[in-house]
Amino acid sequence: MRHILPALRLLLLLTLLTGLAYPLAVTGLAKLAFPRQAEGSRIERGGRVLGSDLIGQPFSDPRYFWPRPSATSPAYNAAASSGSNLGPSNAALHTAVAERIATLHASDPDNSLPIPMDLVTASASGLDPHVSPEAAFWQVARVARARGMDETRVRDLVQSQVEPRTLGLFGEPRVNVLRLNLALDELR
Amino acid sequence: MSVNGWLQIAVTLALLLALVKPLGAAMAAVLEGRGWLARWLAPLERGLYRLSGVRADEDMDWKAYTMALLAFNALGLAVVMALQMLQGLLPLNPDGLPGVSPHLAFNTATSFATNTNWQSYGGETTLGYAVQMLGLTVQNFVSAATGIAVLLALVRGFTRARAAGVGNFWVDLVRSTLYVLLPLSLLLALFLASQGVVQTFRGAAEAQVLDPGAAPEAVQHIARGPAASQVAIKQLGTNGGGFFNVNSAHPLENPTPLSNLAELLSILLISAALCYSFGRMVRDRRQGWALLAAMFVILVPLLALACVSESGNLEGKETRFGVAQSSMWATFTTAASNGSVNSMHDSYTPLGGLVPMVLMQLGEVVFGGVGSGLYGMLVFAIVAVFVAGLMVGRTPEYLGKKIEAFEMKMASLAILAPCLTVLVGTAVAVACAPGRAGVLNPGPHGFSEILYAFSSAGNNNGSAFAGLTANTPFYNLTLAVAMLVARYGVIVPVLAIAGSLARKKSVPASSGTLPTHGPLFVALLVGTVLLVGALTFAPALALGPIIEHLQLLGHS
Amino acid sequence: MSSSARSRKLFDRRILAGAAAGALLKLHPRQQIRKPVMFVVWVCAVLTTVAFVQALAGGGSERPGFVGAVAAWLWATVAFANFAEAVAEGRGRAQAEALRRARKDVTAKRLQSPSHGAPFELVAASAMRKSEIVFVQAGDVIPCDGEAIEGVASVDESAVTGESAPVIRESGGDRSAVTGGTRILSDWLIVRVTANPGEAFLDRMIAMVEGARRQKTPNEIALDILLAALTIVFLVAVATLLPFSDYAAFVSGQGAPLTVTVLVALLVCLIPTTIGSLLSAIGIAGMDRMARANVIATSGRAVEAAGDVDVLLLDKTGTITLGNRQATRFVPGEGVTEHELADAAQLASLADETPEGRSIVTLAKEKYGIRERKIHELKARFIPFSAHTRMSGVDLEGREIRKGAADTIEDYLDTRGGRLTPRVRATIDDIARSGGTPLVVAGGKRVYGVVHLQDIVKGGIRERFAELRRMGIKTVMITGDNPLTAAAIAAESGVDDFLAQATPENKLSLIRDYQAKGHLVAMTGDGTNDAPALAQADVAVAMNTGTQAAKEAGNMVDLDSNPTKLIEVVEIGKRMLITRGSLTTFSLANDVAKYFAVLPAAFAVTYPELGRLNIMHLATPESAILSAVIFNALIIVALIPLALRGVRYRPVGASRLLRHNLLVYGLGGLIAPFLGIKLVDLVLVGLGLV
Repeated sequence: MRHILPALRLLLLLTLLTGLAYPLAVTGLAKLAFPRQAEGSRIERGGRVLGSDLIGQPFSDPRYFWPRPSATSPAYNAAASSGSNLGPSNAALHTAVAERIATLHASDPDNSLPIPMDLVTASASGLDPHVSPEAAFWQVARVARARGMDETRVRDLVQSQVEPRTLGLFGEPRVNVLRLNLALDELR
Repeated sequence: MSVNGWLQIAVTLALLLALVKPLGAAMAAVLEGRGWLARWLAPLERGLYRLSGVRADEDMDWKAYTMALLAFNALGLAVVMALQMLQGLLPLNPDGLPGVSPHLAFNTATSFATNTNWQSYGGETTLGYAVQMLGLTVQNFVSAATGIAVLLALVRGFTRARAAGVGNFWVDLVRSTLYVLLPLSLLLALFLASQGVVQTFRGAAEAQVLDPGAAPEAVQHIARGPAASQVAIKQLGTNGGGFFNVNSAHPLENPTPLSNLAELLSILLISAALCYSFGRMVRDRRQGWALLAAMFVILVPLLALACVSESGNLEGKETRFGVAQSSMWATFTTAASNGSVNSMHDSYTPLGGLVPMVLMQLGEVVFGGVGSGLYGMLVFAIVAVFVAGLMVGRTPEYLGKKIEAFEMKMASLAILAPCLTVLVGTAVAVACAPGRAGVLNPGPHGFSEILYAFSSAGNNNGSAFAGLTANTPFYNLTLAVAMLVARYGVIVPVLAIAGSLARKKSVPASSGTLPTHGPLFVALLVGTVLLVGALTFAPALALGPIIEHLQLLGHS
Repeated sequence: MSSSARSRKLFDRRILAGAAAGALLKLHPRQQIRKPVMFVVWVCAVLTTVAFVQALAGGGSERPGFVGAVAAWLWATVAFANFAEAVAEGRGRAQAEALRRARKDVTAKRLQSPSHGAPFELVAASAMRKSEIVFVQAGDVIPCDGEAIEGVASVDESAVTGESAPVIRESGGDRSAVTGGTRILSDWLIVRVTANPGEAFLDRMIAMVEGARRQKTPNEIALDILLAALTIVFLVAVATLLPFSDYAAFVSGQGAPLTVTVLVALLVCLIPTTIGSLLSAIGIAGMDRMARANVIATSGRAVEAAGDVDVLLLDKTGTITLGNRQATRFVPGEGVTEHELADAAQLASLADETPEGRSIVTLAKEKYGIRERKIHELKARFIPFSAHTRMSGVDLEGREIRKGAADTIEDYLDTRGGRLTPRVRATIDDIARSGGTPLVVAGGKRVYGVVHLQDIVKGGIRERFAELRRMGIKTVMITGDNPLTAAAIAAESGVDDFLAQATPENKLSLIRDYQAKGHLVAMTGDGTNDAPALAQADVAVAMNTGTQAAKEAGNMVDLDSNPTKLIEVVEIGKRMLITRGSLTTFSLANDVAKYFAVLPAAFAVTYPELGRLNIMHLATPESAILSAVIFNALIIVALIPLALRGVRYRPVGASRLLRHNLLVYGLGGLIAPFLGIKLVDLVLVGLGLV
């Protein structure tokens, strides 16, 4: 086995190169060029970390906009991402969706708009920071009522928070729920 | 799906095609040690040879080449396994994760050494930074480089005549790593960091939640780590093993549509461009384009099927990606043997889930792994040319080399190994209690979960119908075996073919020679790949996604 | 091989009857194990038969009638495959019998010493050994293959060649080889035996056409590997269907794991039985086609290699041009009329029996009405051509006429005080440049003029070469002519390249050059000095009239000794490969329809929703499975004629050929079973069998 020793030495050298030098170089360069992003795009208010631009948070208070259902345990557990993995033929999925629809209806019985699909389906990561604009608008009436605010103001706020498709083409229009709720809190 | 969705797909494919020629030409140059980059880094390359004591000028015959490759891969596997089991003692483990169980360590080590990157492990919850960097990132590089090396050996089989050697494994390995994977990864990693992919050694961040009533704990722990550097190579090297559990669905691994576009393109980039490099290396660019065309011809209809089927299904998909970017990813990641995900395939509609499954079962030759996809496709080309050659009344030849009994034997082995692994593995799992126990979803979908797992491991893809509880001794071991058979059960025959072809003389083409660059050959190649895949997996697919689809049709 | 053997119909009743019996005899497992695909079918047939017995005894869930029907049709599948092989073998055997009749047990006159008149003893031909000497004379049958070392005789070789005209065999030179079983018509020969009993030419021929010692050819081996690999894939795909179906029944809460009968039926439908059963028949038929073209190949490998050949070395004489040069024109010199020249030329050629001489006489008669004169009336003395004088001619009543090559006649004129005139010189040069041969006619010091001898390129040869070019085959003309003449003939005949002033040495090196560039070279040859080149060429067709050495060096022998045969040989080789490739494609394409028939039927209880895939609307699950099995068996029988006849080869480029065959056998193979299975199903329902 004349190849063993060279293989071992080469593996060691390549480990130093690709396993150490490379990630350290990326870390260093990222720290220089994109310090905020590299650390997790945290949102800070007065020295307190309130969350991350990129990580959703759980909301159940009717005064806040609610995010998508999360399959992590507990919901929006950013230390253990997970999807539901329920298949379309699984009765458990149908039950869960039905329950979510019921909860949403109960939260705003007079709302006759169709419930957007993303509000009743779990995201892939369980940490999805976004909902669709339709999902945000659907909640406007409830939030305005709970906060005793004018519906139009809330709607305008949502409108201002809609992120369009990148370059008008890629991805989907969306609203960052944490950002929206922070803006909502700041509104008064 | 909306017009915009189709437009996103069209633009992405166009971007990919636009990158094929420049990158392909550059790779053809640097892999042979030419070009400014290779000149610039040559001292580093020579230094690596000197320090490791390998003889870079040795022309290895196929057996020596194979032994060097196997030795290197076996050592890599051992090291990754050891790193995981000793995790508790290693530095760079700010979250204090413990050592990994032996069967999981074996599965993960195999998974990364074979360029499969099946995730039985849970990413942020299982592996610390030292293992991720020194173990996984390193294997991400070298397993991809191994694929390119095997391809280069096969190319030499075609280009050399009456030669004993097929090249030098160490040189191919080092050049692929140094001149192709490392520079591209560096660029991609920095771009991803700009989009918000984390790259830090600081451990989990803590955030006060805004609505404490909605959570059992007022503090949200946000797992972080040096992800950008790892994500870049996992995409480029068709590895796919995520830094986080949900892979590129995780917002810190794939935060924006732009990061998604970059990662998406990276999945197919090298595999597609290698087709062009191949054409350059065999001195007939049309040959490379023909292979690429065959890949596209299979990819596009399946992509369309996935998109149409997934339309409106948002379970297991991220809002920022929507149906178009998610279905495109599912198709690309299984066309290539990448296996990273940005949505949960298990929650796909039956036909939407059929697409990734079929793409894997076709043998990971539609783009496929870096290097491995193309050498897999070349094996199919050999079989296609054999049958077609008979049909035009000549001993078949491909790129000037006669395809004879030995090549057929090895090509058959290379095609059989993954097919049989998938079928036998699935059969064993559905027949025994520990296999059945892992299933999450009821009915035929549960069968699909198991079939998907072995299709993935048995073709070195790595994606999953993640509802399957795979981190059990049964699945960790059976899937690891599947990954080994699928990887080396193809590599060894391919290298044998390379050796045998290199020894042959080169036959000049005439009008009696079957041309292998036209639409006819592309159709023939596509037909061969599809027919072999369809005939092998039709019964299994009928009992999984197809019956599930028909049942859903009946219900609605 | 009489002419009746050659024109034998594809199916002869006697052969069919023999084959039917052979098909049953071949059911023995020892016969089957050589063919992996058919062996799997055989095992499946045994399994279903056992299941049938069980079902009769009340075991299992299936109707005994159904299981029995499947079992019966699986046996039929094996039998049909055997039948195909037996028919092919039967055709070969019929030919072998014709040959064997030629090999009557004769007595040989073994000589003590190799000289005429030496004492001999009578021994059985079968006792003759290599290098022993025999004596044969008029009326004798030559006892064994050998080489004439003394004497000259006319021999009737019709038993071997089918050609009734006798041939001359003589010692020395290129016509010394004699074949056992042929008959001496006149004179005698002393022959050195060159083959031991059982190894003689006739024996080899019999063995070959019988297919008894048929070895698999390289392409056949490669194809066998592919078919074995496919069989393994399907074996596993079907075997794993048992646990899969068990799990399906478990999760759906209805139905049961698939039965042996259904699994086995599916397996037999999927594995490439069509090509697997016809493969050996195709190979035998290929040899048989060669034999019917009167070419004996020493191995199947040679037949196959013929299909691969891409360079043909063709002798000019006999292949590209008619056997010999012919006079086409009389060009008189100064002060001579054409008529005078024609008259002189004819006189000089009256006794010249060479084809060239005959052509001069004929031309003079046809063009100038000069009647052929009776030789004895002229009181002439004829001077035959001799290697020494290199001229021929006639002396009559003090008048000399000579004809010969320009330099020879110039020498002759020198001695008579004459010389070639300028106009004659110019004519000589013109004729040489155009590729013809100038023959100068002179008498005393007078020059009559020049006879233009021309190589006549065979009709249609140019088209033939164009055809070969489209097939991707390069033609090279081999000639002893000078480069000027060779170039002219090459241009006229449309040959791709030529080798002028060919010698055995430069012929050999030409072959090696081509082979070094990766070409496969075929050539024909007859002389002993051709032997090295024949041995070097990839496909070497020796003329049966040629020497023993040439025949030993070649890997085929053309009994007709027709050099054009090479082209036919290439086509036969290609045809064999094409037939294999096309039927393989057909066989695989068939599987798609079979899945559509069997899968919905197999899971009718577990997953009734799969019934949507029953796009053929087959009546019942049982009829669906049975129809697929029956179609699978019948298609073998339906394709036997194609396997024996071979897929037609058309001399077009590879792409067009592939497109055509893919369309017919690929697409056709995809569609045909949908129709076929449906048809069988309708018949089954119509007969009330299901």
